[in-house]
Amino acid sequence: MANWIGGDQKLPQGRLILVSYGIVLGIILLLLGFWKLQIIQSGHYSDLAEKNRVRSIPIIAPRGKMLDRNGRVIVDNYPSFSILLQRDDPKQIEKDLPKITAGLGITEDDLEQQLKDARGEPRFQPLVVKPEASNADIAFVESHRTDLPELELMMVQRRKYPPNGFLAHVIGYVGEVSPEQLEQQSGDRYKPGDIVGKAGLEREYNDILTGTDGMRRVIVNSVGKPVRTLDDTEPIPGKPIQLTIDYNLQAVAEEEMAGKVGALVALDPRTGEILAMVSHPTFDPNDFAVRIPTKEWRTLNDDPNKPMLDRAIQAQLAPGSVFKIIMTAAMLQSHVPPANFHVFCPGYAVFYGRVFHDWLAKGHGEVGLHHAIVDSCDVFFYNVGQQLGIDRISYYAKALGLGKRTGIDLPGEEPGLVPSSNWVERVYHHQWYPGSTISVAIGQGATEVTPIQLLRTVSGIAMGGVFYQPHLLKDLKPVKVMRFPLAEDTVKQITDGMYGVVNEGGTGVFALAALKKENLQNIGFCGKTGTAQVISTQKLDSMSVAQRRNYRYNTWFVGFAPKRNPEIAVVVLVQDSALEAGGSAAPLAARFVASYYQEKLGQPIQELEAAQTAPKNPVAPAPAAKVIPQGR
Amino acid sequence: MRERTHTFEFDWWLLTIVMTICVVGLLEIYSSTHGNSLHGMQWRQLGWIGIGLVGMLVFSRIDYNALLDQAPILYLIGIAALVLVLAVGHTRFGARRWIVVGGVVLQVSELVKLIIIIVLARYFSEVRTERLTLTDLVKLGLLVGVPAVLILRQPDLGTALVLLPVAIVGAFLAGINWKHAVGVLALGALVAVVGWNGHFLKPYQKQRLATFVHPEESPHGAGYQILQSEIAVGSGGFWGKGFGKGSQNQLGFVPVRYSDFILAALAEEQGFFGVLISMLLYLALLLRLVDNAQKAKDRAGMYLVMGVAAILAFHVMVNAGMVIGYMPVTGIPLPFMSYGGSVTIFGFLALGLVMNVRMKRFVN
Repeated sequence: MANWIGGDQKLPQGRLILVSYGIVLGIILLLLGFWKLQIIQSGHYSDLAEKNRVRSIPIIAPRGKMLDRNGRVIVDNYPSFSILLQRDDPKQIEKDLPKITAGLGITEDDLEQQLKDARGEPRFQPLVVKPEASNADIAFVESHRTDLPELELMMVQRRKYPPNGFLAHVIGYVGEVSPEQLEQQSGDRYKPGDIVGKAGLEREYNDILTGTDGMRRVIVNSVGKPVRTLDDTEPIPGKPIQLTIDYNLQAVAEEEMAGKVGALVALDPRTGEILAMVSHPTFDPNDFAVRIPTKEWRTLNDDPNKPMLDRAIQAQLAPGSVFKIIMTAAMLQSHVPPANFHVFCPGYAVFYGRVFHDWLAKGHGEVGLHHAIVDSCDVFFYNVGQQLGIDRISYYAKALGLGKRTGIDLPGEEPGLVPSSNWVERVYHHQWYPGSTISVAIGQGATEVTPIQLLRTVSGIAMGGVFYQPHLLKDLKPVKVMRFPLAEDTVKQITDGMYGVVNEGGTGVFALAALKKENLQNIGFCGKTGTAQVISTQKLDSMSVAQRRNYRYNTWFVGFAPKRNPEIAVVVLVQDSALEAGGSAAPLAARFVASYYQEKLGQPIQELEAAQTAPKNPVAPAPAAKVIPQGR
Repeated sequence: MRERTHTFEFDWWLLTIVMTICVVGLLEIYSSTHGNSLHGMQWRQLGWIGIGLVGMLVFSRIDYNALLDQAPILYLIGIAALVLVLAVGHTRFGARRWIVVGGVVLQVSELVKLIIIIVLARYFSEVRTERLTLTDLVKLGLLVGVPAVLILRQPDLGTALVLLPVAIVGAFLAGINWKHAVGVLALGALVAVVGWNGHFLKPYQKQRLATFVHPEESPHGAGYQILQSEIAVGSGGFWGKGFGKGSQNQLGFVPVRYSDFILAALAEEQGFFGVLISMLLYLALLLRLVDNAQKAKDRAGMYLVMGVAAILAFHVMVNAGMVIGYMPVTGIPLPFMSYGGSVTIFGFLALGLVMNVRMKRFVN
């Protein structure tokens, strides 16, 4: 054996001591490191550890119900399951993606897109991959607990809307809060994935309807699986809201408007409470309660009939002859021309070198105010308009509530438009053409109104100049009231004229026929028809008689009952109707009002019978073939 | 006197310190694993300790001079084993570090650590000059470099680095020209830069090192381990959360909490107090080793003991530093405390060498 002990065996003791100093120094440095973490920064890391350990799972608060004025449930909730995807482990998800998409019946592209969109969110926030899970989906998640631990079930309360688009535009729908809403909110009320009202009352009264979500705190392990529940904070359900809508009347209105394009709104002129509100065509908000596939959304939006448009508050159209009510009010209030004004109507009139036709080519003969309203004489109101001038017309139209929002408690109301000389100068930079006043006088030209506006204006006039804010929330406080006091005589003349429209063989004669069917001809139903062309006069001129037969109208009817102190007012708009207002909108409004009285008198509403037996096509639009109707 | 003193000249103090560390480790392994599918690991660790103790006893009986005699052969065996493991090795966790010998999976690099201690002890003891010459340094570099590169190829950056302190401490004790020291440092820096930019490091190794520099950039990726470890340590406070009550540990946030990160688990549950006790135990262990080196009969013995001390100190520093985010995650366990067969057995065999040196000190 070699002797490794040989040679200089003096050990380098000094260096060994230096090494041990080094060791002591190293250990001290390490201890300082631990000291920094465990003593100085202990609080910070304790917080982090706590967050690691405890995960909060929201318990979704159910939204408040919506009830009709009699307490009948219109919008309810039902429990449902959402399938969540925990995103803690992207690699695992990537691997399981085909399995998940196949099992849940979703496309891989959609899920990948969702994951991409959620990249900015914290990893611990799960992704809702299937908002409404079927029993098969739930079974799939349950049976793959071990191999697909990233999938989880969450109980949620889902909105249940009436079927077939009943009251759809009023109710609106809910949906996931949008990124814009998240950015714009002041506090931190909403977090991504929260369900909020997106349209209609759901949006208007979102704050009332939304509850406060509860919280379940669970201890989770490092892969995010709950190990044990710590505690629950119970959710506070949203408050219900009671609507002014009468379920039965709404049903009648829906039935009447079925298959038509247009709107029907009915309210109580004494309060502004809306009893029924229909816009057709409609959509099914239940499609929105769950995430709506992009394709379906596009279909709804691209539909030429615009089912998403709430025509009751968003359709801005020429009022046609209904505007003659406003003209009458302006004339009587300003005494220009005086109340006893008479004209001879030969079927046309010439102003500023241009011929303006009456809808009745043979003319109305000698016409006073009452006759002019009842038979909707255009020539009479051409003259009234010419004498009043555009700015006086504009003043009264605005004073009576046109050209501005009614303040109905629904989002998205349109303001309409009342033209004036100022407006023309501001927008078109030229002077007002006096000839335009003649068109405006019979509700044509640039004037645009929404059904709700027209209804409120006519209701307010019938009430003597008290205009209540139309509203849908039963205990809305305060209900805003706009006052424009009208002379006793003004109100009397207008309501008498509108009474004549229906009851004295005027343009609303078919309304009376409908009332007689229900034996309700004595309710004192008053109204005014309006027909506005969808295409221009020039275009119509170039058509043959046969072509004109296919020409379609926007028809209006605004009515109320009884004549004095009305308790119900209704507006009907039928767009693209083959019939003029007297033939389509008027009897429809009459049938609706008949139902109102039947319900009030405790009679069963025969909505279906009424709709089916009423004359659908009483007359062909004969006048249209002969004359150029300016309004009726 | 010779034969009689053997058992009594055992370093009982050293053994007591080590066994205390082992018990602390066993308790923490139990705490970390009892609640899940890994439960019962403490018994297996106890088995490794048992085997290690037997190995230590055997090693302490073999005259270290005989081992030094066989140094060149041992060196060749070590190199051969490393080549073998690269060729036919058993792949686990993406690295080839294990070979199966008679049904037992062995981590060859642990064996190489022992061999390097012996080889370098002989090498340094043969240096007769006051200071190491440049030629000596080159030889030293080659002796350590060849196995280090082979271990790097497995790839196991941590263990490859473990070989360095043996050489560094040995060179320091043998005496080194400070100009040479600066040169070696510069060379080391150069190698590091080339190694980083070349293709010598596996992507995950680069990632780990990058993560070490910027852990907050990938809280759920590679930095996750470091961050979770720091949270465990920091949330422990002074007294800790109590045995079996560390949420980071119990819920599995701490990575390999029974092995490489056992100190994080201990720091969480026993607090700074527990860490202090553990660190003092390691300090005692290391100082006791230096004490043994000082009392060695010859330089070769001293180099053997200091080689062991250098490796153990390196393990403690790097592991504890890693747990608090001061060192990169390199897979270096805490000796005698971390779960693991190879590292535990290596530790005891190394202690066997130390005992051997101690028992020989009065032999002439």
